[in-house]
Amino acid sequence: MLEKAFHGSYRYWSLVGILLLVLAIGAIAYVVQFFTGLGVTGLSRDVSWGLYIGQFTFLVGVAASAVMVVLPYYLHNYKAFGKITILGECLAIPSVLMCMGFIFVDMGQPTRILNVFLHPTPNSPMFWDTVVLFGYLVLNVVIGWTTFGAEAKGIAPPGWVKPLIILSIPWAVSIHTVTAFLYCGLAARPYWMTAILAPRFLASAFSAGPALLIILSLVVRKYTKFDPGREAIQKLGTIVTYAMAVNVFFIALELFTSLYSNIPAHMEHFQFMFLGLEGETSFITPLMWFSSFVGIVALVLLLFPRFRRNETILAWAAGGVFFSLWAEKGLALLVTGYIPTPLLAVPHYAPTIVEILISTMIWAFGFLVLTVLYKIVTSVREDLEQV
Amino acid sequence: MAASRRDFIKLAGFSVAGLCFGGPTGCATTAPVNGQGTAGKRWALVVDLRTPCPEGCTACMKSCNLAHNIPQWDDIKHEIKWIWKEPWEHVFPEQVHSYSTAALRELPVPVLCNHCDNPPCVRACPTKATFKTASGIVAMDQHRCIGCRYCLAACPYGARSFNWLDPRERLEEQGAALSRDFPTRTKGVVEKCNFCSERINDDASALPYCVEACREACSRHGREPVLHFGDLHDPSSPLLALLRESGANTIRRKPEIGTRPHVFYLV
Amino acid sequence: MFYDAGKIFTGLAIFLVGATFPFWYAMAAGKTAYKPEPVFPTSTSQCVESTEQMIAGHMEILDDWRNEVVRRSDREPIEINGTAYPKSLSRGCGNCHADQTQFCDRCHEYAGVSPYCWECHVEGD
Repeated sequence: MLEKAFHGSYRYWSLVGILLLVLAIGAIAYVVQFFTGLGVTGLSRDVSWGLYIGQFTFLVGVAASAVMVVLPYYLHNYKAFGKITILGECLAIPSVLMCMGFIFVDMGQPTRILNVFLHPTPNSPMFWDTVVLFGYLVLNVVIGWTTFGAEAKGIAPPGWVKPLIILSIPWAVSIHTVTAFLYCGLAARPYWMTAILAPRFLASAFSAGPALLIILSLVVRKYTKFDPGREAIQKLGTIVTYAMAVNVFFIALELFTSLYSNIPAHMEHFQFMFLGLEGETSFITPLMWFSSFVGIVALVLLLFPRFRRNETILAWAAGGVFFSLWAEKGLALLVTGYIPTPLLAVPHYAPTIVEILISTMIWAFGFLVLTVLYKIVTSVREDLEQV
Repeated sequence: MAASRRDFIKLAGFSVAGLCFGGPTGCATTAPVNGQGTAGKRWALVVDLRTPCPEGCTACMKSCNLAHNIPQWDDIKHEIKWIWKEPWEHVFPEQVHSYSTAALRELPVPVLCNHCDNPPCVRACPTKATFKTASGIVAMDQHRCIGCRYCLAACPYGARSFNWLDPRERLEEQGAALSRDFPTRTKGVVEKCNFCSERINDDASALPYCVEACREACSRHGREPVLHFGDLHDPSSPLLALLRESGANTIRRKPEIGTRPHVFYLV
Repeated sequence: MFYDAGKIFTGLAIFLVGATFPFWYAMAAGKTAYKPEPVFPTSTSQCVESTEQMIAGHMEILDDWRNEVVRRSDREPIEINGTAYPKSLSRGCGNCHADQTQFCDRCHEYAGVSPYCWECHVEGD
């Protein structure tokens, strides 16, 4: 199957070339960071995690969301997802790889990263996060490779893969739950310390991930002869709608509990996010207003089946959901958790150029893996359909 | 070598068992404890604010910085702080009300690592690079730290610093005379107050540098020191007597989150 | 004679040149095999272990000391023939082997290893 990645159109190679170029530029930025230290980022003693860990958190969600196609297809035998499931699995693989990439570039001592396994520490959620992410990567590679390999040969997948598929469903939930545990167990950060964080993460993941999958499916249909199916895309639209509605509801719950209880330590974070605190307004405030607006508009569009059935509107709404959740989870979640600090300071954080270049590098890497995997899948499918 | 292999297998076993019983639950109350040499002791620090620090005094910070080769960064983002001063209203926001005087609000209060009984940073660390010693010190193993900064997120007191840039280069740039008795750090690792474990554990009469410097500075001002240090497990310790005598006027930072800090403030 | 002989032999040639490059490079630079000559302290000939054991195992000894001091708060000095040696790179080893460049670096350079001890530990003067 892999040979399909080496024979492609001019358009395919141009995309690969552009991604490689972005990767190379980011690699230079990483070399600078490696030799100078994380001081080249906008991070500080007070805001010690930022863009990198935010992207990591967001992408764990995208990875976990593969379960939204795997579960209906394999547990409920929902035939319409027959073609799209492999696209979901092939989205999970680069997402997990990007997660690992973002963790790696965030390390102060990346060469010592294996200490996590040399000195395993079960009381640290970060140890568990590493374990479940590795496990999820292995599961998806094995499942994707085996089921799709069987399909390409026109035979039924081997029986042993079925238990792995069943296992991958709770495992997907576990990766995002453990990622939420990284935050919600910290008494130091009232904004994160909420029992609803894991459900919130899952709700936003199950809307952002399928939203991206809708866009990817439409792109695949437009540029290849492989069609994931209108029904499947429509069903994803329904999933995004429900998950986004639940996500907005959860955020409303957070706002009520924090604001009605009137506890300063809980309110101040929301104040910082939406209004600014002590005269300090960061880029988070306009970003949050804009992304909330986009998110709500997208949700309203999705709620009406009439709009949702129009694929152009569906694509825009999916894009809106994806952007809105990316801003909320990939940036605001982290920065807001740190401000105000335990000593009530309101520090300033904005990612630097180096930080943005390195993040772009990891996104480019993810898209490169995604492009190659989708190329293989679509080429094999095109061949199958010709036979 | 044999011991570490045994530890590894033991831990691997615990990890698998932990997975079966639903992950990190149940580990919350017990931080791993290392160390036999100093068992039985419980080091603690008392900040006696009944008479506030002499105005503008920075003796404690200076001696700590010098003894521990702590660089001074111009950019506030890269600061390394083991002991420093914060205004009262930021250290004890719950003790301030609408009628508090500006003098109280702005009163400089020395802050440092609380060497908690139940430290969230130790719970968070994925490599045990930060751990609790038998005498209650929350210690750092800079050789093992991977620089993930989870402990910075977990510390409710803002007591941890990260080396964003090479501290050794900065010290050389400052022309600081390096102390040979204490290593500098490398870029990309976390550091914090260690209660001067390099000197207090061996010599019964030794004090942390900050406490020693505070004594000298205060005696120059002809007054009692602000910082006091001792072993709370020693029934004859003057520190224990000081805590008992001040009764209800002993407060700690954020006692409600159950970390059980061992830096006490007398007010 | 061989299928794709040209490609195979070109590949082999590139591999051979690459693998033997360090030898050619050292010859061209005029730097051939030499014996490292660390400067030993004149004040004493006594160390915490025999010279052979120190050459072979000093890194393990240092690692054990590190674990004892940092992780177990055990700073009990090593006592040999009435002399106490603190378990410390700067204040233990450094007391006799004062100049790192004359001692540690000599063999480390020869062996092509670059331990990061001195990035943090302050050498004796």
